[in-house]
Amino acid sequence: MRSRWSYVYFLFYLVLGFVMLFLNNDVSKAVITLMNIIVVLTPLVGTVFGVMHFYNSREFTELLLAQPLKRSTIFLGQYFGLAISLSLSLVIGLGIPFIVYGVTQSSAIWDFSSLLLVGAFLTFIFVALAYNMALSNENKIKGFGYAILLWLTLAVVYDGLFLISLLVFDDYPLDKFALIATMCNPIDLSRILILLKLDISALFGYTGATFKMFLGTNLGMIVSLFVLCLWVAIPSWFILRKANKKDF
Amino acid sequence: MSLSRLLFILALLGANQLLYGEILTVCANCEYSSIQEAVAKSQEYDTVFVKEGTYEEYDIVIDKSLVLLGAENALIDATGNGYGLIIKADSVTIDNINITNIGQSYTKDFAAIYVSNSDNYSIKRCKLTRVFFGMLIEKSKNGIVSENQIYGESTTEAASGNGIHMWYCSKSQVMNNELSGLRDGIYFEFVTESVVTQNNSYNNLRYGLHFMFSNNDEYHNNTFTSNGAGVAVMFSKYITMTNNTFKENWGSASYGLLLKEIYDAEIRDNIFDKNTIGIYTEGATRIVYERNLFNRNGWAVKVSGACYTNTFVKNNFVNNSFDISYNSKVNDNKFDNNYWSSYTGYDLNRDGVGDIPYRPVKLFSYIVNRTPQTILLLRSLFMEILNFSEKVSPVFTPDNLMDNHPQVKRVS
Repeated sequence: MRSRWSYVYFLFYLVLGFVMLFLNNDVSKAVITLMNIIVVLTPLVGTVFGVMHFYNSREFTELLLAQPLKRSTIFLGQYFGLAISLSLSLVIGLGIPFIVYGVTQSSAIWDFSSLLLVGAFLTFIFVALAYNMALSNENKIKGFGYAILLWLTLAVVYDGLFLISLLVFDDYPLDKFALIATMCNPIDLSRILILLKLDISALFGYTGATFKMFLGTNLGMIVSLFVLCLWVAIPSWFILRKANKKDF
Repeated sequence: MSLSRLLFILALLGANQLLYGEILTVCANCEYSSIQEAVAKSQEYDTVFVKEGTYEEYDIVIDKSLVLLGAENALIDATGNGYGLIIKADSVTIDNINITNIGQSYTKDFAAIYVSNSDNYSIKRCKLTRVFFGMLIEKSKNGIVSENQIYGESTTEAASGNGIHMWYCSKSQVMNNELSGLRDGIYFEFVTESVVTQNNSYNNLRYGLHFMFSNNDEYHNNTFTSNGAGVAVMFSKYITMTNNTFKENWGSASYGLLLKEIYDAEIRDNIFDKNTIGIYTEGATRIVYERNLFNRNGWAVKVSGACYTNTFVKNNFVNNSFDISYNSKVNDNKFDNNYWSSYTGYDLNRDGVGDIPYRPVKLFSYIVNRTPQTILLLRSLFMEILNFSEKVSPVFTPDNLMDNHPQVKRVS
C-alpha cells in the first residue's frame, strides 16, 4: 500500500492530465486521447504491479499465514489493497487536472467519469488476472512472462484474431459473433463502453440492426457494465480458490 | 413619420387600390361566407381578404390573377378531402393563409397549395399543417415561395408527401421557409435556374432538400438538421452549394450531403457537423470542394466509385472518425492545402504547410468498407498499428491519394 510506485503512478497521471489539457485545452477532445492511453496502459500497469507485488510480499504473506487469520482475508486484502491504491492513483491523478481545467462545468463530465470508471475496472480486472498468474507459478520469471503475455494477448493479439475471423467469415451474418467476441475481452469492452459515451454510438448503428439495438440504446451500456463486473468477480473467485488450496 | 411620407404612402395605397381593383372580404357574417364563393365572384386583379376564422373548404380553384390575403388566424380546414388551394392562373399572390388537414392518398398528390402552369406566382407567410404535400408546383416559372411554415406528420416514406415539390419549373425562389415532418423538405425535379436560400429543414423522413434532373440551381445559407439525409443531389449539373449547415443526420445510412451522378458542381463554405457521413459521393465528376468544415462526423467524405477530377482544397477536417473513405485503389481526385486535425507531421520551415504529405485514407476505413462489423475495432491499439504500417507503405489504399500541402493551422 505504501509503495513508492503508486506515488510515481499517481504523479504520472497528474503530469499526463496537465500536459494533455495544456496542449489542446479542449476537455472533450482530451477525453478521446486519454481513452487510447487508459485502455492500453492501465491493464499493463495493473498486470506488472500485480505480479511484482505478489512476489515481493511473498515472505510477508507466509508470515501472515502463520497468524490466526482467514486465508481469504489475507489474499483478498492484498488484492483489493493493491487494486484500490492503483485505481485511486488513476482517479485522483487524472481528476485533479481535469477539475482544475473545469470539467465539472463542461458537458464532458459524464464521458470523463465513465473514462475513470472504466480505468478503475480495468485495474481491478488485470490485477486479479496477474495475481492468478503469480499464484499458479512459483517461478518469478515464468509468472511475470505469462502475465505480460496475457496482457499482450488481450490488448493486441485478440483484436488481430478478431479482425481476421471477421474478414474470413465475411459472407456469414457476423453481428452477434462480433458483439460476443467483444464482450469476451475486457479491453475491447471498455473501449466500446467509452466510445458509446462519446458521440460515436450512431456510427456503430451504421453496420446493422443488431448493433443499433445493442449499442444505440442503454441496453448495451448496462450489459457492458455487468460483464465488466463479471470480469472482476470471476478472477477474484479464482484467487480465493487457488489461495485456499495452495500449499506454501 | 413626416407628413409628406404619409401622403406618399397613402398615394401608393390609392394606386394599389386602382391597380388591384376591388377587395372582397370573407368572414362568417360578411357578404361572402366562403372563400370559394368570393373567388368565383371576383374579377381579375381583385383582392380576396379572408378574415379570422376557420373555413371548412377544399379544392378552391383560383383561375384568375388574384391576391388571396389572410388576416391573423385565417384557417382553411380541408378536412382530409382533397387539395387546399388550386392555382391555375398567372400572377397569383397567396399571403398569410393557413391551411390544415390535407388528406393522404396513394393515387393523388393532394397538396395544401397546388400551382399549375402559373407564371409570376408568389406564396408567402402561409402556415401549412398536417399536410400530405405542402406545395405542389408544376410547370410554373418566376415564382417566389417565402416565409412559409410547412409541417407534416409523416411516419413512412410511401405514405407521405414533400413540403415544397417543384416539377418542371424554372426561375423560382424558395426562401426563409421552415419545413419539418415531411418526406422531402424541398424536392426539385426538372427545375432550372432556381435559388433556395435561408430555409430551415429538419426532422424529415428522407431528405431536407432533394434535386433530381435539375440543372443550374443554387442553394445558400440553409440549415438541414436531423433528416434521413440532409441534401441529395442526383443526376444534376451545375449546382452551387454555399454556406449551408448540415448537421446531426445520424443513423444507419444517413448523410449530410448525398451526391449521385452529378457534374460540375461547386460546394463551398458549408459546415458538416455530427453526421454519420458528411458527404457521400458516387459518380460525381468535376466537383469543387472548397473551405468546407467537416466536424465530428463519422466519415467526413465517403467516395464510392466513379468520381473523377474532383478537387478538395482548403477544407477543414476536424475530429472525424474517418476523414476520407475510398473503396478502390484508383484515385483521380486532387486533395491540396486542406487542414486535417489528425495530421501528425511537422513544419520545420514554419511556412504553415506540413513538410510531409498527409494520407487521409486509413487502412481501417478500407477494412470497414469491406466488413462493416469491424467498426468495433475503432480506435483499438491493433488498428492503430495496422494504420501506421499502411501509412508507411500503402498496399490497400490509393498510393497517390495524398495532400501534399497539409495545413498546420485551420484554414479560415
